[in-house]
Amino acid sequence: MLAYMIRRLLYAIPIIIGVNILTAALFFYVNTPDDMARKILGEKNITPQAIENWKMDHGYNFPAFINTKEKGAAVVTQTIFFQKSVPLLWFDFGRSDRNNIDIGAEIRQRMWPSLFISLPTFAIGVTLDLFFAMMLAYYKGTYIDFLGLVAGVVLMSISSLFYIITGQYVFGKALRLFPISGYDTGIHAFKFVVLPVIVGIMSGIGAGIRFYRTVFIEEIGKDYVRTARAKGLPESAVLFKHALKNAMIPVLTNVVVSIPFLFYGSLIMETFFAIPGLGNFTIQAIQSQDFAIVRSMVYLGSLLYIAGLILTDVSYTLVDPRVKFE
Amino acid sequence: MPVIFATDLIVYILFAGAFYFMLAVRKEGMLKEAWKDVKKRRLAMVCLSVLAAYSIVALADSIRWRDPIRNESGRPALSPSGGYIYSAEALSILDRALSRIRLENEKTYSAPLSSHLYVKESIELPDGRVAREYPPLRYPGAHILGTDKVGNDILYIALKGVRTGMVIGAGTTIVIIPFAIFFGVIAGYYGGLIDDIVQYLYTTLASIPGVLLIVAFMLLFGSSGYQGGLIRQSDLVLQAFVPNDRLFWLCLILGVTSWTDLCRLIRGETLKLRELEYVQASRAFGVSRRGIIYRHIVPNLMHLILITFVLQFSGLVLAEAILSYIGIGVGPQMWSWGNMINTARLELSMEPVVWWNLLASFVFMFGLVLPANIFGDAVRDALDPRLRFK
Amino acid sequence: MDIPVLEVKDLKTYFRTQRGIAKAVDGVSFSIPEGSTFALVGESGCGKSLTALSIIQLVPGPSGFQAGGEILLKGRPITRLTEHGKREIRGNKVSMIFQEPMTSLNPVFTVGYQTAETIRLHRKKSAAEARAAAIEMFGKVGLPEPQALFDEYPHRLSGGMRQRVMIAMALACKPDLLIADEPTTALDVTIQDQIIRLIKELKDSMKMAVLLITHNLALVYRNAENVCVMYAGKVAEMTSTDELFRNPMHPYTVKLLRSMPGYEKRGLMLDTIPGSVPPATNYPVGCRFAGRCPREMAGCATIKPALAERAAGHFVSCHLHDSSFMSKPCSKPIMCEPDKVPPAPALNAIKKPLLDVRNLKTYYTVRKGLFKRVKGYVRAVDGIDLSVRKGMTLALVGESGCGKTTAGKSIIRLIRPDSGEIVFNGENIASLGERALRPMRSRAQIIFQDPYSSLNPRMMIKDAIEEGLKTLKPDLDRAARLDKTARVLERVGLAPEMMHRYPHEFSGGQRQRIGIARALAVDPEFIICDEAVSALDVSVQAQILNLLKSIQRESGISYLFITHDLAVVEYIADEIAVMYMGKIVERGTTDAVFSNPVHNYTKKLLSAIPTLPPGMSWKLPGKM
Repeated sequence: MLAYMIRRLLYAIPIIIGVNILTAALFFYVNTPDDMARKILGEKNITPQAIENWKMDHGYNFPAFINTKEKGAAVVTQTIFFQKSVPLLWFDFGRSDRNNIDIGAEIRQRMWPSLFISLPTFAIGVTLDLFFAMMLAYYKGTYIDFLGLVAGVVLMSISSLFYIITGQYVFGKALRLFPISGYDTGIHAFKFVVLPVIVGIMSGIGAGIRFYRTVFIEEIGKDYVRTARAKGLPESAVLFKHALKNAMIPVLTNVVVSIPFLFYGSLIMETFFAIPGLGNFTIQAIQSQDFAIVRSMVYLGSLLYIAGLILTDVSYTLVDPRVKFE
Repeated sequence: MPVIFATDLIVYILFAGAFYFMLAVRKEGMLKEAWKDVKKRRLAMVCLSVLAAYSIVALADSIRWRDPIRNESGRPALSPSGGYIYSAEALSILDRALSRIRLENEKTYSAPLSSHLYVKESIELPDGRVAREYPPLRYPGAHILGTDKVGNDILYIALKGVRTGMVIGAGTTIVIIPFAIFFGVIAGYYGGLIDDIVQYLYTTLASIPGVLLIVAFMLLFGSSGYQGGLIRQSDLVLQAFVPNDRLFWLCLILGVTSWTDLCRLIRGETLKLRELEYVQASRAFGVSRRGIIYRHIVPNLMHLILITFVLQFSGLVLAEAILSYIGIGVGPQMWSWGNMINTARLELSMEPVVWWNLLASFVFMFGLVLPANIFGDAVRDALDPRLRFK
Repeated sequence: MDIPVLEVKDLKTYFRTQRGIAKAVDGVSFSIPEGSTFALVGESGCGKSLTALSIIQLVPGPSGFQAGGEILLKGRPITRLTEHGKREIRGNKVSMIFQEPMTSLNPVFTVGYQTAETIRLHRKKSAAEARAAAIEMFGKVGLPEPQALFDEYPHRLSGGMRQRVMIAMALACKPDLLIADEPTTALDVTIQDQIIRLIKELKDSMKMAVLLITHNLALVYRNAENVCVMYAGKVAEMTSTDELFRNPMHPYTVKLLRSMPGYEKRGLMLDTIPGSVPPATNYPVGCRFAGRCPREMAGCATIKPALAERAAGHFVSCHLHDSSFMSKPCSKPIMCEPDKVPPAPALNAIKKPLLDVRNLKTYYTVRKGLFKRVKGYVRAVDGIDLSVRKGMTLALVGESGCGKTTAGKSIIRLIRPDSGEIVFNGENIASLGERALRPMRSRAQIIFQDPYSSLNPRMMIKDAIEEGLKTLKPDLDRAARLDKTARVLERVGLAPEMMHRYPHEFSGGQRQRIGIARALAVDPEFIICDEAVSALDVSVQAQILNLLKSIQRESGISYLFITHDLAVVEYIADEIAVMYMGKIVERGTTDAVFSNPVHNYTKKLLSAIPTLPPGMSWKLPGKM
């Protein structure tokens, strides 16, 4: 098991390096530090000297990938890539371009509000999806199934912006049940969390139910289900024991990969509901064109995705006896 | 003088593709059977007609030309060299057909079908007194869905949004199909090192969060529009062609982020097809690899591509609205439902509430996405061999 | 003893389909006394499996439903029970085992758990008691180390062992009736034999009744007391097994028996049934065999024959045995087929070898670890020697996984062999490049097993056949290619106009003909038939075997027949090579190998084939 985990982590290394190089190329080569300086300094203040000063202050005064002026190891180390991107590999995110804040500290602090929103959304959402999907599969071919499918397709055809805006309008403004947006610490966070969670569940439930229903129905068509029925098992045991445990395998691919992402929060939700989480942080950075933050967040997102892939593989071995640690 | 945007090509390709499938359905066996299946579902056919209507609006909005400027006498103005002078604005067929509601602007908000503005203004009454009143509209009752803040007709704006939605929904997949097929097929068919490289490539790309990749790209290309680079207007022989279309780049970038799924799907299918007996038979005839890929592999991937196309369509239309809201979408100067929602959001907090702008955009979007989802299901059910032979 | 274990009365199971009601089972009646095996035989689509599912009340809904009839289990009507009552019978009084042992067990539960589950469910025992009972059952079905096996997952067991687990599970509650739906079809010959013996032993020791469903008449002969031949949802003929094989009375049964390949029929053409089974949505009004029957009379197509006892204990549903029908003036015989099958003309075999394979080795590498280093080899083909003579047929026989298909593909270079020589027409082609192989490609071709994946569904038949011509005979012009295509289609018994159709418009047998036509189009001298008739029903198989044989007589093509079906081998092969674990263990003429097998594996293989006793010949009923 341990050897398997280590091997799986080793597989992730080339991908992480690939991501690192790709983001560096995007942020240092296609969009040069000069461009960044111009954007941040503003159109009025641009002089070649101001740009140089800005680059010096923020550590961008090197060539992008290869420094021909230096000798030995410095050819590689005295570059923006090595100074700015390589430290990401050991989670040194550096400081932001605009306000010189410590990005790493910011991330550690902001991931908790993100988690408070995304974790309940995810946990309740997946549970509801699975529950309704199993119901539809159980009543397959009946009116309940038909109505459920229709409801699913209608729900997933509605823009999530609609859920957010009407949710805020109805619950926040008209009924005054919850605050429209905002956040607080500790126990007071609860009243701010409810509305985003409801909206988050609503916007995902249509697609979720339909997807899991397909998974269940495919599972129900298999030979072993016929065997289980021929044994005389009641339909509930056939579905909720035999079929469900098998259906967990495709469900896991879909679910586990997104668990690490819960730290990341949701870009849309957090902006609309003014949650001071990582999603909000990213959007703010985008709008203020702070590339150091955007770069860190892109990299962090990739890391979380890769972590999700590894988690998925590991969870397979727990559910599917056919998968061995190889 | 005709003007072709890069995104117009996407609409043309969409129509060419639809036409191709129409011909293929008449001719070929398997597709014909699948089509029969789809045709049996009345709901799917209703949805198809709705989609067709949207497509026609998009097409009408994608054929455009610039008119010569006319002088006071009504004759075309001539430049010193003797040529026509064209107006800077290229109007599409749709613009021309809707010229009445396009041009009949009001001052500011007005509710659907109302005769007065929605905002009170100080009006000088005939007797000289000044009162705060709802002023009458210039064109009372003409605005079926009302007008927005600057008095534009909402129906017109929503209809203009159709093209944007269709281009995003269809264009993104169209742009990536050639790449996905190419990489998926060579990875699946040749295997070995090529397979490893392609797999590494798409795992790496897939691991970068899609939204952030889009963000990064859009930042580089600027929030106001494409800032030149890969193709310049002056590089083109065809002067009528406009490549620096922000919408086009958005399609391309959305394509890059959603490319990996289709590529992985195609790779897997190719691995399966490669071992099938008809491919083996073809190899036994000494047919070259390229011949096999061209004749046996790619045609048998078409159902996957069609399924992906229809299933991705609705998701992409919805994504456009979200991206436009974050400010990395099609850009504020473009008509789109996302922009409509973005502006309408603030109108909800006004007193009294301006609701028609928001409602119109959601209804138009829903009217495209719901039929696309239902029709997509029907297409998948008819084409997916796993479902088909059950 | 008086009450039969199972009594089925006028059972009707229908399906709602887009083309109307499919009458899959349409009025079937039979009964099974205690301690006996009753066989339900028929070709695919005749309704035999659905009859079984109806008995256990598991017809897949909501499209399938029971439209009528009664099922009595020891006199108790089970169709009228509540769902709860039915569940108490399933797995308890009536058990069922299925064709696919690989997929019939739940992959995520241990085999022991799945077996004990049944016991706990019906016997209300504690987990520990159920465990003991399951382990005891595992021992009874001959599974090694039942204790250890209890905690194994299905994927760790072989197909034969899984089928034993299925049997243990089915018999755990000592049912009155065991339904075995093609229990051995998916297994290798030697395992088949073991499983069928096991079922027979357990039937005797547990005094239960068995309903054996199979398409294999030879299997029925030794393993069932009574047999019922089904055709198109109805019973065609029903009697004791001895009586059926001694005196088959329905023309369909006779045709079926005569189309079975075997040693006796060497040198003869096999009998075939023209046409195909009518679709279940659209049966003929009268006798359902009308239109395909060699003894059809006026009136057969419009008047339904009744299932009646025409000899002691022998029920037939055919007008030929109905004297009142025969005496009617309208019923003059109008269709007659000669009773004798024409002998195939002998071939003057040339003894010169066309293909000589020496010490051929094809290994698959096993790569593992981070850098995918080669960690070992699977020796799929491990040094085999073969030779095929001009105009002769060599059968390469072996069970699944023995490497026979890899060997075949290596010989025509679809797979690159690792070492050895393949001398084809005097030239060693083992290591030639693809370009240098071109001349060989037109002389050596291959026909595949699965008629559904052997043709590209997106390609017209014409294009599929022309593909080889375009590559290998580039000097032919369009007209010449079309002409050639038409001729090969005619040669395989299809109308040339069919070339403009797509594969989905053809039946399995027709597709196999098209596959043969595609190979023939480039005028090969040598064809590899890779399980080419294994997926076909026996009557269609007979047609294809006849076709292959007549092509050989006419044009002197050599075949390498790769198969696991020894009955086919006996019938068609001149020489045999028996393959086992990548090696050839025995070679010789068919006569020599069958009459005097030397290697132990060959002996085991030969003794396992279900056969009919020699010297049986069957005559069509009615006068010429």
